Amino acid sequence: MLDLIWLIPALPLAGFLVLVVAGRRLGEPLAGWLATAMVAASFVVTVGVFLALLGEPEEERAATVELFTWLPAGSLEVSFGFLADPLSITMALFVTGIGALIHLYSIGYMHGDANFSKFFVYLNLFVFSMLCLVLGDNLLMTFLGWEGVGTCSYLLISFWFGNEANASAGKKAFVTNRIGDFGFMLAMFVAFGALGTLQYVTEDGGGVLQRAGELAPVTATAIAGLLFVGAIGKSAQFPLYVWLPDAMAGPTPVSALIHAATMVTSGIYLLTRVNPIIGESFDWLPTTIAWVGAGTALFAATIAVAQHDIKKVLAYSTVSQLGYMFLAVGVGAYVPAVFHMVTHAFFKALLFLGSGSVIHGMHEEQDMRRMGGLRALMPITAVTFIVGWLAIAGIPPFAGFWSKDEILLYAFAENPALWAIGLVTALLTAYYMSRQVFLVFFGRPRFAIAEGGAAADDHGASPTAAIAAGAETETAGAGSTTGHAPAHRPIHVHESPWLMTLPLVVLAGLALVGGAMQLPFSSDVHFLGDWLHPVIGLAENEAEIHVATGTKVALAIVAVVAGLAGIAVAARVYLQRRARAVEPALLEQAWRYDAAISAFVAGPGRSGFEGAAAFDGRIVDGAVNGTATVVRVVADRLRLAQSGYVRSYALGVAVGAVVLVGLFLSRASL
Amino acid sequence: MEVTTSWYLVLGAVLFTIGAVGLLVRRNPLVMFMCVELMLNAVNLTFVSFARALDDVAGQVIVFFVLVVAATEVVVGLGIIVAIMRRTPGATADDVASLRG
Repeated sequence: MLDLIWLIPALPLAGFLVLVVAGRRLGEPLAGWLATAMVAASFVVTVGVFLALLGEPEEERAATVELFTWLPAGSLEVSFGFLADPLSITMALFVTGIGALIHLYSIGYMHGDANFSKFFVYLNLFVFSMLCLVLGDNLLMTFLGWEGVGTCSYLLISFWFGNEANASAGKKAFVTNRIGDFGFMLAMFVAFGALGTLQYVTEDGGGVLQRAGELAPVTATAIAGLLFVGAIGKSAQFPLYVWLPDAMAGPTPVSALIHAATMVTSGIYLLTRVNPIIGESFDWLPTTIAWVGAGTALFAATIAVAQHDIKKVLAYSTVSQLGYMFLAVGVGAYVPAVFHMVTHAFFKALLFLGSGSVIHGMHEEQDMRRMGGLRALMPITAVTFIVGWLAIAGIPPFAGFWSKDEILLYAFAENPALWAIGLVTALLTAYYMSRQVFLVFFGRPRFAIAEGGAAADDHGASPTAAIAAGAETETAGAGSTTGHAPAHRPIHVHESPWLMTLPLVVLAGLALVGGAMQLPFSSDVHFLGDWLHPVIGLAENEAEIHVATGTKVALAIVAVVAGLAGIAVAARVYLQRRARAVEPALLEQAWRYDAAISAFVAGPGRSGFEGAAAFDGRIVDGAVNGTATVVRVVADRLRLAQSGYVRSYALGVAVGAVVLVGLFLSRASL
Repeated sequence: MEVTTSWYLVLGAVLFTIGAVGLLVRRNPLVMFMCVELMLNAVNLTFVSFARALDDVAGQVIVFFVLVVAATEVVVGLGIIVAIMRRTPGATADDVASLRG
C-alpha cells in the first residue's frame, strides 16, 4: 500500500488532464462528478496509506517513493518523489477529505455557471498541487506544489474575471504571494549551499532535516527565517495578509477550500516540516514567529469585528486563526499547531460553505446588514453554521475548544503575555462570530421576502423594507460609511440542494467531534501527538510544558469564560439590541492598512520607481546610446576619406608604400 | 661610356615615377591603365637588371610571374573599362565614384 503514495496526487492530476481535454464535452454535472470522484478516490488511497503506516512500528513510519530523477544537474540531484510520513499523511487526509466534500458542494454551488467544467479543472489542479506540496520528499517538490497552489489560487480568485475587482484581487494575491515565495527560494539556495541536498530525509541520514544539527546557528536561522517569510506570504500573516480578504472575490467553495482549509495552512505545514532547523536557529527566530502570529491573530480579530460582508468576516477570522497556529509554532508547540490546523480546516470550511449556502439562498447577497432571520428559512445551513460558530468560539466539546486551548496552554508556559493576547483574541473571535450568526440567522429579516417565504410575517413588501431600513441604521451604527440602501427587490430565500447541505452536515459532525483527536485528559488520549511524534520528535524540540494540572484547568475555564463573554456581549448588542454596536470606521477599513500601502506605493513608492526609471533612461540608456553616438560621429568623419576617386586611393597606396619602405630602411640601418 | 647596372636602375625608377605620377594626375581610364603597365614594367626592368648584376636567375623568374599577373589584370581591367565606356561614353575615372562614402 505504501508504494501507492504516488496515486494520491496522480488521481487529481488524471482528473485535471481528462477535464482539460474533455471537460466541455462532459459538461454539467458530469465534469463535476468526475472531479469529485477523483478526489474521493485519492482520499480512499490516502486512508489506505494511513492504515498501512499505522500498521508499521512507530520509528519506521516513513516511506519514500521516488518516481524518477527530476533534475540531475551536477551535484544538485532532485528526485520527483513522495514522502509518506505521519505529518504529510495527516495533511493529505484532510486535503483530500475536505477537498472531496467541497468538490461535491461545488457541483451544487456552481450549477448553471457558464464555465462549470473549467471550475473543476482548476479545482483538480489545485488538489494535485496541494498534494505535491505536502507529499513532496524534498524542498523543490514542495516548492513546485507551493507555486502550483499559488497559480490555482490566482486562477480561482479571478474565476469571474469579467468583473474588474475580481481580476485585480487575483493579481493582488499573486503578487503578494510572490514576495513570500522569494523567501522560500532563497531558503532553498541557502540549504543547498550549506548541505548540498534538498531532500528532507534519506535512508542514509543525509537529508536536510537529519543533518540540521550540522548547520551553524546563523545558517539555520537564515534557512528557517527565509522559509518563515515564505510562510507569511502563503499563510497570510502580518504584513503580507492583505491578499486574503480580497481573495474572497472568488467563488465561495474556493474560499472554503483554498483560503480557509488547505492552501493557507501550507505555511504551518512547512514550518512544522522543518522543525529540526528551527530548533537549531537562534532563539529570537521562534520568538519572532510567535509574536507575529499572536499580533496577527489579535489584529485580524479586531478587523473582523466591524466587517459587513459575510465572507470578509470569515476571511479576517481565518487570518486570525492562522495567527494562532503561528503562535503555536513559535512556542514550539507543533502538535497543537497541526491539531488546530486540522480542526480549523473542519470548522472554517464548514463556515465558509455555510456562508456560501446563505449567499446562494439569498441570491448573491453578501451584506449581513441585509440578512437576518434566516434560521427558519434555511434550517440545515443554520444548524450546521451554529455548530461551526460554537467550534470557533471555543465552546466545549466542539473541536475548536480543544485545539485552541492547547495552543493557549503552550503560550502560557512560554510567556503569559502571549497567552493574554491569545485570550483577548479568543474573546474577540467569539464576539465577532456571534455577531455574524445573530445578524444572519437570528432577529428579523432585513430584506423583503418574496411570497412563499416561510417566515414572511404579514407584512407586505414596503413595511418590511421600512423595518429593514430602521434595523439597518441601528446595526450599522457609527461605523457605517457606505450607507447602503436596503434591498427593495423581494427575495425568494430557499434552502440549498442536498449536494450543498450534505458536505455541511459531514463537516458539522467533524467540527463537533474533531477534538477527540487529541484530548488533554491523559497521555493515552494524545492520539495526534503520538501519531506525529516521529516527525515532530526528530529534533526533540517540541516544547516541554511544566504546568500543574490545576493551572491547566483554570486556563481552560478562563478561556471558556472568555468565549462565553464574547457571545454574551454580542447577544446583548445584536440580538437584544440593548447596546449600541461598536463598529468604528477605522476597523471596518482594516486599520487603513490597505490605504496606507496604497498611499505609500502611490507617494514615495511611485517617486522612487520614477527615479529608477529616470536612472534607467539617463544613465543606463545614456551609456548605450552614447557609445552609439560616438561611433556614428567618428564614422561620419572617417567616411569622408572614401571619396570614390581612384587617384586619391592610389595616392594613399603610394604614400603608404613610401612610408613603409622608409620605415623598413630606417629599421634596417639601425 | 659604359652602360652600367645603375643606368638601368635609374631608368626603372624614372619610368616608375612617370607611371605613378601619371596615375595620380590623369583622368582618362585608358591612360591610367597604361601608367599602371608602365610601373609594372619599370619594376620588371629593375628585376632583370638585378638578376644580371647578381647573376641570380630568381629575378627573371619573378618577372615572368609579374607578366602573368599583368596579363590577367589587363583582361579584367580592360573588360571593366569597356563596360564603363559603354554605359557612359567619355567617362573619366572621377565620374566612376558611386562608392563614395
